[in-house]
Amino acid sequence: MNSYHVMVLAGGLSHEREVSLRSGSRLAQAMRDAGHDVTVRDADDSLLGWIDQNRPDVAVIALHGGRGENGAVQAILELAGVPFVGTEAHECRLAWDKATAKVLVSRAGYHTPRWVTLSHNSFRDLGAASLVSAVARHLMFPLLLKPHQGGSALGTAVVHEESELPAALVGSFAYGDVVLVEEYATGTEVAVTVVDGPDGPMALPAVEIVSPGEVFDYEARYTAGTTTYHAPARLSEDAAAAAAELALSAHRVLGLRDISRTDAIMTPDGRAQFLEVNVSPGLTETSLMPMAVAAAGQDLGELYTHLVERAIARAAAPAPTNVTAG
Amino acid sequence: MTGNSLDPYVAHYAVRTQGMRASAIRALFAVASRPEVVSLAGGMPYLQSLPLDALAAEASRLIAEDGTVALQYGSGQGIPALREQICQIMALEGISAHPDDVVVTVGSQMALDLVTRIFCDPGDVVLAEAPSYVGALSVFSAYQAQVVHVAMDDHGLQPEALAAAIASAQDAGRAIKFLYTIPNFHNPAGVTLSLERRGVIAEMCRSAGIAIIEDNPYGLLGFDDGVNRAIRADDPDNVIYLGSFSKTFAPGLRVGWALAPHAVREKLVLANEATTLNPPVFNQMMISAYLSGFDWKSQIKAYRQTYAVRRDAMLAALEAHMPGGATWTVPDGGFYVWLTLPEGFDTTAMLPRAVSERVAYVPGTAFYADGFGTRQMRLSFCYPTPERITEGVRRLGVVLEREMDVMRTFGTTLQPGTRHALGASAPAPDTA
Repeated sequence: MNSYHVMVLAGGLSHEREVSLRSGSRLAQAMRDAGHDVTVRDADDSLLGWIDQNRPDVAVIALHGGRGENGAVQAILELAGVPFVGTEAHECRLAWDKATAKVLVSRAGYHTPRWVTLSHNSFRDLGAASLVSAVARHLMFPLLLKPHQGGSALGTAVVHEESELPAALVGSFAYGDVVLVEEYATGTEVAVTVVDGPDGPMALPAVEIVSPGEVFDYEARYTAGTTTYHAPARLSEDAAAAAAELALSAHRVLGLRDISRTDAIMTPDGRAQFLEVNVSPGLTETSLMPMAVAAAGQDLGELYTHLVERAIARAAAPAPTNVTAG
Repeated sequence: MTGNSLDPYVAHYAVRTQGMRASAIRALFAVASRPEVVSLAGGMPYLQSLPLDALAAEASRLIAEDGTVALQYGSGQGIPALREQICQIMALEGISAHPDDVVVTVGSQMALDLVTRIFCDPGDVVLAEAPSYVGALSVFSAYQAQVVHVAMDDHGLQPEALAAAIASAQDAGRAIKFLYTIPNFHNPAGVTLSLERRGVIAEMCRSAGIAIIEDNPYGLLGFDDGVNRAIRADDPDNVIYLGSFSKTFAPGLRVGWALAPHAVREKLVLANEATTLNPPVFNQMMISAYLSGFDWKSQIKAYRQTYAVRRDAMLAALEAHMPGGATWTVPDGGFYVWLTLPEGFDTTAMLPRAVSERVAYVPGTAFYADGFGTRQMRLSFCYPTPERITEGVRRLGVVLEREMDVMRTFGTTLQPGTRHALGASAPAPDTA
């Protein structure tokens, strides 16, 4: 097996910095165990200079939230000519915006909870009371509110009646100016990781999440012992196949590359409801993607070695691309 | 099918660990440590003003000449030379103490832990100012003590509020173990307990049979160069005094102390030995060498001047950028300003917005054991330069503008108040 100089990007300035640092640390160890020379770098103002001086063979992005997932860092790596594992900049932007991803996946024929995306400006300019009432008339309670961009369930809340909406909206707007309000889907919550292989994208076993509250929130995600996970998920064969098909389709429809994680709800009638997709899945001790890798009988370091080799091979035959840094 | 909770010990933890959980708000402080963010959150002393080269030489000499002692196990009470020097420092505050009654600890945080351990059973009442030091609240929580907050004003703890709290707890048949107080340049409130009140409060506690834990890490950092007389100076039998080198020298060395009546001191030594065997000998010798070989009083004077300039920068910036109805304390020393926002603000909920704007603070609820402090925050002026403080408060002003915009949209009302939160006519930053 070849050994590469791998730059793991972790940290950043998003609200998920701490999670990213933990992801990066775990990924770096897995890559070192697989025999690679790993440098963990923050995405700061010394990054490009460091790249120029050290020319790593490849980058793996373990940044979560903000520039790590919205395509900005990917665009910068494309400009710097560093091969990287993961989705290209333009496609990142599609997946990063939850509403855009829901539109594209639903147009491909898949279910996703009904939703509306609203900015703070809309509430301010059109009148909060009337808009809140309109939302309440249009969607069925309970509702799930989340910032339209971002991860780790930060700023997420469940509301059961119209009177709870304003406070929940104020909470979500602290994380961003646009909130996605969708009908709360009940059923089995699963996460399905998709990995690109020689024969195309492949779904790893779904991981089932049994969290103590209505929302698989930050505390439930990162406090070991709080949430129970089943990997593989306790799904019927048909339901497992439906979950895998949804994740594979989301991966294809959104133009994702190398690795992605789709979050979904399997409803009691066996339908898969698409929630959102992640281009930079968490890699911490309590994250879902490493559980899926283990359930598939694979090793995280070996999996990323495979992805690193794909990225380097792509760089040998680069395709022209437009880049947009944000 | 049994799932995996990722923690095989989940059924075995002690009850007191129930609050030890991941927190999205705590995680945001990972961003606050980045240089792009103006952090008005942490209480880090400005160590750049220390004579680092000379200290490096001293550390080198210490190991070369006394390494077999400095790197060896030591006394559970701390090295005698440092305990004598600690008594000399406390003498500046009017305290007459014998080195035998000093117990050196791993920071004064450890001293507070040991004191709580030897006094508090689960359910015992600890009286503390409203608000109080977040690290103390964590210790009290770990020992399952119940914190009863006592109101402050611009002159510190209010004696009448203390009397009411004592009476209320006693009427309820609750055991009050001690009053925990930070009399000088309070963390987080920034205020100082007046000298008149010190005697009143000491007498009140003595009469009620309640010990006083006097936590005084900032006592030498008054901006007018004066040093307030400690409560312990006039009440040696009922006060356990906690001191620290973290604010006046270097927090990384983790050296603090407790001065206690002899019977308490004996138990503190035993508890200290059970926890750490002994406080780090090298660190104690390093501090001892610093106190004997360096002009540490001039260093403290330099700290005072630095912090006074930064305090002024923060107050000017607050005046320029805070919305009407916001109030804040005006500290005469120490590290902190306590900011109270108008009704409707929730400083915990708006912290993500602040981090997005590249400014950080500590939400007020961290300083209460009972959920109060929603519209308060602690701002530290000790570490950032005056220019950074000005920029940080400007960013905070932007955050508040946007927060008010959202509140206006959703109909949350703002109630204008008056400046200076702890003034006699204004509510204290607690239960008002």
